[in-house]
Amino acid sequence: MPSLEIDALDKTYGTVRALRGMTFDVRAGEIFGFVGSNGAGKSTTMRIVLGVLAQDAGEVRWDGRPLDPDTRRRIGYMPEERGLYPRMKVGDQLVYLARLHGMETAAARASMERWTETLGIAERRGDDVLKLSLGNQQRVQLAAALVHEPDILVLDEPFSGLDPVAVDVMSGVLREQADAGRPVVFSSHQLELVERLSDRVGIVRAGSMVALGGIDELRRTPNRRWSVDGPPGAAWAADVPAVRVVASTGTSTIVEADESAPADVDQTVLQAALAAGPVREFTVVRPSLTELYRDVVTADEPTDTQEGAA
Amino acid sequence: MSAARSLGSGAAIRLVAGRELRTRLLSKGFVWITVAFVVIVVLGGLLLKITGSSSSAEHVAVTAETSSAAASIKASAAGVGVEVETQEVADRAAGEDLLRSGDVDALVVATNPSLDVVVKQTLDDPLTSVFGSLAQQLALSSAVTQLGGDPAAVAQDIATAAPSIVALEPEPERDAGQIVAGIVVGILLFVALMNAGQLVAQGVVEEKSSRVVELLLATLRPWQLMAGKVLGIGAVGLIQLVLVVGAAVASALGFGVLDSTSLDVGSVALWSLVWFVVGFAMFALVLAALAALVSRQEDIGSVTGPVIALMIVPYIIGISIAPYDPENTLVVVLSFVPFAAPFVMPIRQALGTADGWEVAVSLGLSIALIPVLVWLAGRIYSNAVLHAGGRVRLKDALTSR
Repeated sequence: MPSLEIDALDKTYGTVRALRGMTFDVRAGEIFGFVGSNGAGKSTTMRIVLGVLAQDAGEVRWDGRPLDPDTRRRIGYMPEERGLYPRMKVGDQLVYLARLHGMETAAARASMERWTETLGIAERRGDDVLKLSLGNQQRVQLAAALVHEPDILVLDEPFSGLDPVAVDVMSGVLREQADAGRPVVFSSHQLELVERLSDRVGIVRAGSMVALGGIDELRRTPNRRWSVDGPPGAAWAADVPAVRVVASTGTSTIVEADESAPADVDQTVLQAALAAGPVREFTVVRPSLTELYRDVVTADEPTDTQEGAA
Repeated sequence: MSAARSLGSGAAIRLVAGRELRTRLLSKGFVWITVAFVVIVVLGGLLLKITGSSSSAEHVAVTAETSSAAASIKASAAGVGVEVETQEVADRAAGEDLLRSGDVDALVVATNPSLDVVVKQTLDDPLTSVFGSLAQQLALSSAVTQLGGDPAAVAQDIATAAPSIVALEPEPERDAGQIVAGIVVGILLFVALMNAGQLVAQGVVEEKSSRVVELLLATLRPWQLMAGKVLGIGAVGLIQLVLVVGAAVASALGFGVLDSTSLDVGSVALWSLVWFVVGFAMFALVLAALAALVSRQEDIGSVTGPVIALMIVPYIIGISIAPYDPENTLVVVLSFVPFAAPFVMPIRQALGTADGWEVAVSLGLSIALIPVLVWLAGRIYSNAVLHAGGRVRLKDALTSR
């Protein structure tokens, strides 16, 4: 399976180090969620992948080979700063962009018609981009990224400024593209969305990747937690070894097992609770991406030596 | 994937240029400016035709008593280079009616003992000199008669007496048609180059300010984008100029205003197209590079100002000095200097005062500079075009990377 490998990218603007050894890979057929605060280096990384910006060091490879202009032409790109010709008709513009990526006119036209249909902007083909609402301009921008049938998708904040319906359409499109075997990288500040949509997530801080993995992988913590809706924890939790109450409000109790607890401690917890009274809900509590993100991003700035070791 | 992926530089540049051509040719601005120019040029031809044929002949009325002086009036008019048509009226009253209605410019009521002329308001300059010389002649005739001579013979001698002049540095011969052509060519080239140059600068900034350049440069090299834009807009400008120059030539020939000139209208028209292409190539490259330094339409002026001055100065000199003093040193020098030559040399050529070798040298100098400009502009453009936000300093754009 080919994959897009971003390998140890460095980039400095003047005195600002935008990227420090940025490394990750996106496999064919997966959606990769790219998160991090503003200025962490997401856009810089994407722009280097597209070749609009030159890196100081490092390499970007596709299928094991460094990206060249012909490979880059197979990337669908949505820049952070949206950009289309304001006074050009939607249809003409998409056909033009498809042709710039090497498509024949007839194929470009067919593709433009298909994508404007899919994205619900078919009746705006004859309008200048300028006359469209922001949401529709955003859809045209996505169509511009997809119209040349790219093999790789790199989308910088594709969801910003979309209404909920458009978010669903966009999510569906990204899933389809991944299912068709294409690697999809997107960045977003909407972490619930990233959590729902991504197969893998990378969290960046200060120009390097600080957490990387599948959602479940990232959310797995050494200390397992459960939420119990039933008899108050004080009545039964003390009976279970290696388990303590973390929080308790009314009928809802959150308990945590430490690392020494046996693998089936969840069954022991449930039985103890049932013994004390009826249990209406019993669920595993895992940190959300939002919590993870907050932990990672607000952690103290690492010193240079720590970073070198990481 | 299904679609073909190879896109050579030639194809890429053609696509970019094709987009420029399509969007600009269909734009209202282009259509109106072109139509306006064609109309102006045709109307100008018509105007020349009208003023030329009705020529500015002066109309002088003579009464029955003074009708014998009609021949003398015409003769002295010819002597001072004024065309006069005479007509006889029944009496003074009838003549005054014609004066009031403006059908005649002057009415001669008596020649003896003095020359009496009636006018509506004032006597215009040409007729003043005609009647002045006529009055002197009449006075001379009566004196000659009193002295017993033959006034007719004396008049004949006077009329044919003329100094013989030898010029050490004769001014090149040029006629009114050539002067008009020189001015028209000067104006047309200036407007066409200015217009097309501004389109290039605006086009570059439009892509920067709308950020579409980032999307384009994900699939194009910067130089391909710049080359396509310059070629596309150049073609638009050339098409416009061909239409206007074509209209000018057609109306000049159609209205027959060139009958009395040695102007070679075909070659002047062709040369103005050649100079447009050369001038456009130079100015478009410079303007594209400078425009890439800024990100907003409002800032274009701050970087293109010096270039615009580089266009205006030779234009003013070319059009205000060359037609009247084609051998002026400044004019001749400027007609060789690249950037100024496209404005000045075509005027000299229209006037018929530029030698073949001069044109060749001037053209060669300009063309030789183009590869340097391509390199320089490509470098500045590539380094600056993706810098959004503030203005990029020229030095940084030249030295970075």
